[in-house]
Amino acid sequence: MTHWIILPVVLPAMLAPLLVLARHNLPLQRILGLAGTTALLALSLLLMTQSATPQLYRLGDWPAPFGIVLVLDRLAALMLVLTATLALVIHTYAVLTRWDARGKHFHALYLFQLMGLNGAFLTGDLFNLFVFFEVLLIASYGLMVHGAGRDRLRAGIQYVAFNLIASSLFLFALGLIYAVTGTLNMADLSVKIAALPAGDHALIRVAAVMLIGVFAIKGALVPLQFWLPGTYANAPGPVAALFAIMTKVGAYAILRTITLILPATSPAIGALLTDLLLPAAALTLLVGAIGTLGARTLPRLAALAAIASVGTLFLALAANTPQATTAGLYYLIHSTLATAAIFLIADQVTMRRSATLQTGPHLPAPLAALFFATAIALAGLPPLSGFIGKLLVLDALRDHPALWALILTTSFLMILGFARAGSALFWKSAEPATAKPDPLAWATIATLLALLAALTLCAGPVADWLALTAQDLHTPAAYIAANGLTAP
Amino acid sequence: MELLIAFAIGLLAACGLYLILRQRTFPLIVGLSLLSYAVNLFLFASGRLAPNLPPIISKSATGYTDPLPQALVLTAIVISFGMTAVIVLMSLGAWLTAGHDRTDMPAESNGGDDA
Repeated sequence: MTHWIILPVVLPAMLAPLLVLARHNLPLQRILGLAGTTALLALSLLLMTQSATPQLYRLGDWPAPFGIVLVLDRLAALMLVLTATLALVIHTYAVLTRWDARGKHFHALYLFQLMGLNGAFLTGDLFNLFVFFEVLLIASYGLMVHGAGRDRLRAGIQYVAFNLIASSLFLFALGLIYAVTGTLNMADLSVKIAALPAGDHALIRVAAVMLIGVFAIKGALVPLQFWLPGTYANAPGPVAALFAIMTKVGAYAILRTITLILPATSPAIGALLTDLLLPAAALTLLVGAIGTLGARTLPRLAALAAIASVGTLFLALAANTPQATTAGLYYLIHSTLATAAIFLIADQVTMRRSATLQTGPHLPAPLAALFFATAIALAGLPPLSGFIGKLLVLDALRDHPALWALILTTSFLMILGFARAGSALFWKSAEPATAKPDPLAWATIATLLALLAALTLCAGPVADWLALTAQDLHTPAAYIAANGLTAP
Repeated sequence: MELLIAFAIGLLAACGLYLILRQRTFPLIVGLSLLSYAVNLFLFASGRLAPNLPPIISKSATGYTDPLPQALVLTAIVISFGMTAVIVLMSLGAWLTAGHDRTDMPAESNGGDDA
């Protein structure tokens, strides 16, 4: 048993209190914080090399169904690497633009947020997942209102209230699941729910729908997406960019639920969850894409584009075949990086002029180039990875002609939306430039785009690795065996 | 006793939801607290209701009640306490900066669209 698995949780948990102690020393905070995120990236890359077979870490050394376990498999490793990469880029951006100097605890909250994210991806216990959700949420509340301001605080309250209701729902679902099965270990649940007596089927179906509802709130699926545009549009730029991974936490949890905990193969569940998810995902895509046409500010446009990308992602996940899951995971990596990039660009734009999509002061050409490239990526045009991602999703949805029409139409709507925003912001400019250029911050945004380009160039090997991940997910026997349990 | 617990949970949850929908921060916070009490009772009941039985090993015990839901409730209470503290502070901040305690956003900050 390797102790490396717990480090992505323990390292930020140890570092964050140190940063609280160093709250009056910004340079020290920056050094420690950036060192922490760099170490996390190195650590998750190391863990990724060991993730070929699922590995177990027993907290307190209690055996699996009784104690809480962390499980490192390919999906968990992928999410860790994605989180750490995104975190390092955004952390650098926040330092370069001095966003971190607008409050005393940016770095500490940032690391607590990473701790919650890493824990949520690693845990093999449903109640522990709830706890890590709360850790990442409470840190995100702090980050969301970082730098304060009237609108940001009020949007923050809506965000907190929405998530507290979601947490209550999560606990109701957990209570119901525990009452029916007597366990909360994910692998054990998989075994127990498959062998559930017919009398308990109705109860577990209620719990399943509640659980999916909670994760749909985190993932911002229509009709539970109302918290997202206000939150993301009012959050500080770098924080909104980091939140690009938050909707993916919902996607991750749903993926675990429909492949491991409550799979369609178990008689109690059947196609219940995927039948609910597919129309919701289609609606999400449609609402997000139409929203990009109606958005009046750039941050809102970015938030609605994020909703649309979540819709595409969930379409692939809800199809629930190994091929579709591969496509979904590829699109997940792409959409996380691209969404983060558009929020950072929105932050750069709002620093220089009002955020409304009307003509205003002249914006620098490199920023226009970055916006152009990111818009291409988000709308799914060649040559960037959005195109390949959508191609993979379309290929996996060959049996659903209506969804083809939907994905292609919404891509067109998003091109229109971004073209409208881009021409208003960058094309026509009445007044001369006011703010000075910021090449270092632009370089960090360009890093995200370079990652997207790398994802495009290495699409073959990446997709092969993701296909292995999807295969593991759809045959969870190895995951269950790693917990010391036997699959049915 | 099951009926009593069920009614109590239902009543707490209903009052909590009603207060949350009031669109003011104080009723919102009270409503969220009531909802979390409902959840705690529900979690507690998920280990089956067994009066006068110890949750930990004892020599004189005739039977045991499930200790795990009690641990879950304890965790849930601690978390909801922390969350309530956060939302109270944020509400105070919003009240001091905005001058009123409505939870909906002013129209101009939405840019008009409301997707």
